[in-house]
Amino acid sequence: MKPASVEYHKATSIADAVDVLSSTEDEDAKVLAGGQSLVPMLSMRLARPSVLVDINGLTDLDYIRRDGDWLSIGALTRSRAVEKSAAVRDAAPLLSEAMGFVGHATIRNRGTIGGSVAHADPAAEAPAVLCALDAELVITGPAGARTVGANDFFHGFLTTAVGPDEMLTEIRVPVLPAGTGCAVEELARRHGDFAMVAVFAAVTVGDDGRCTDARLALAGTNPTPVRAREAEAVLVGSGLTAETIAQAAQAAAGVTNSANDIHAPAEYRRDMASVLTRRALRRAASDANVVV
Amino acid sequence: MASKVTVTVTVNGRTLSAECEPRRTLADFLRQTLGFTGVHLGCEHGVCGACTIVFNGATARSCCMLAVQADGAEITTVHGLADGETLHPMQEAFWDNHGLQCGFCTPGMLLRACELVEEFPDPTEEQIREGISGNICRCTGYQFIVDAIRDGAQRMRQTS
Repeated sequence: MKPASVEYHKATSIADAVDVLSSTEDEDAKVLAGGQSLVPMLSMRLARPSVLVDINGLTDLDYIRRDGDWLSIGALTRSRAVEKSAAVRDAAPLLSEAMGFVGHATIRNRGTIGGSVAHADPAAEAPAVLCALDAELVITGPAGARTVGANDFFHGFLTTAVGPDEMLTEIRVPVLPAGTGCAVEELARRHGDFAMVAVFAAVTVGDDGRCTDARLALAGTNPTPVRAREAEAVLVGSGLTAETIAQAAQAAAGVTNSANDIHAPAEYRRDMASVLTRRALRRAASDANVVV
Repeated sequence: MASKVTVTVTVNGRTLSAECEPRRTLADFLRQTLGFTGVHLGCEHGVCGACTIVFNGATARSCCMLAVQADGAEITTVHGLADGETLHPMQEAFWDNHGLQCGFCTPGMLLRACELVEEFPDPTEEQIREGISGNICRCTGYQFIVDAIRDGAQRMRQTS
């Protein structure tokens, strides 16, 4: 449980960090943010980068700003700060609730939202909730910054759109419209553990009581976080009733694609996706003042 | 081998410097290099919570940080809780409520408990259980730890 030998570079700016990332031979430099996943991986020698680029000194990446219909969060913002932020709760309460499930309080003190997203564990909450929210992720590299939608960002297990010479710098979340109810439901062995299955739901209800927008994302069930588009389509344009919710829950179970592993067989995860989707939708509906 | 770096930290009010390789975890640096044996190393990969310290005012797992990242930091270990021979109210509460058996998890439990009480001065059992969910105890079954933290919170309210 000791990391292998590694060079350490304390980045002085984003440009400096990108410079080291792009000039490292073998393209095996790693960005070190909160370290809550990376340092254990170093200790277990699952990761053996030649250089660590520590971005903890880049305090200009630590911010939460509301700009009209967008919420901008710097990649280095600690998970605990996102969880507790009034601006986040106001703009995207689904994100606040989801952050409460990220690890344990001590992990959230240190871990960053950007690190969790860039690490891309398929059972992690931050990637999935950002897919549900249609967030945009700003990636900065030698050629400047580019923006990738959250639903195009996750390519596979621990694999993202971020190139070896790039780093995630900002997370942009569209503000949820009024009349939106949110809920997160998660099944884990203990609170704070990675999700066996987690469901992130947001439903927007119009004046006539019909659902005008629905977002459902799942974590823990697929190699990447996944949107349950068919389930969303069931709800949009309909009332949120026990029947439509049951139908949506069944559709959500259909998107799961997990292997049997030490935590659960695939069928169990599929069944739980349905159960948790139903619970999440009922609670989200109630949050939007719809009695189911 | 990566060249050594000099790391200066203030631990429990004492400012100390030592050399280490960049790969040295903060947990090993505190315990092995500087001799702060109140930092217990259990799993060494961020699961058990035994190596919890207070890092610049918030609890952190010292096994999930590198020593080189702590240069210039203010750190409190469990040995920083007591005032000389006088135990911290939370330590007294653990003692009186049998909140420990082997004591291995205790440093992390105490530091996390104190942070928890800062957030929730009168915590519910649920808040306590969720608050210490990142700290594993293999002896007590947690009940006496929960009792101790509730009692400790009361003592901290009285002394503050």
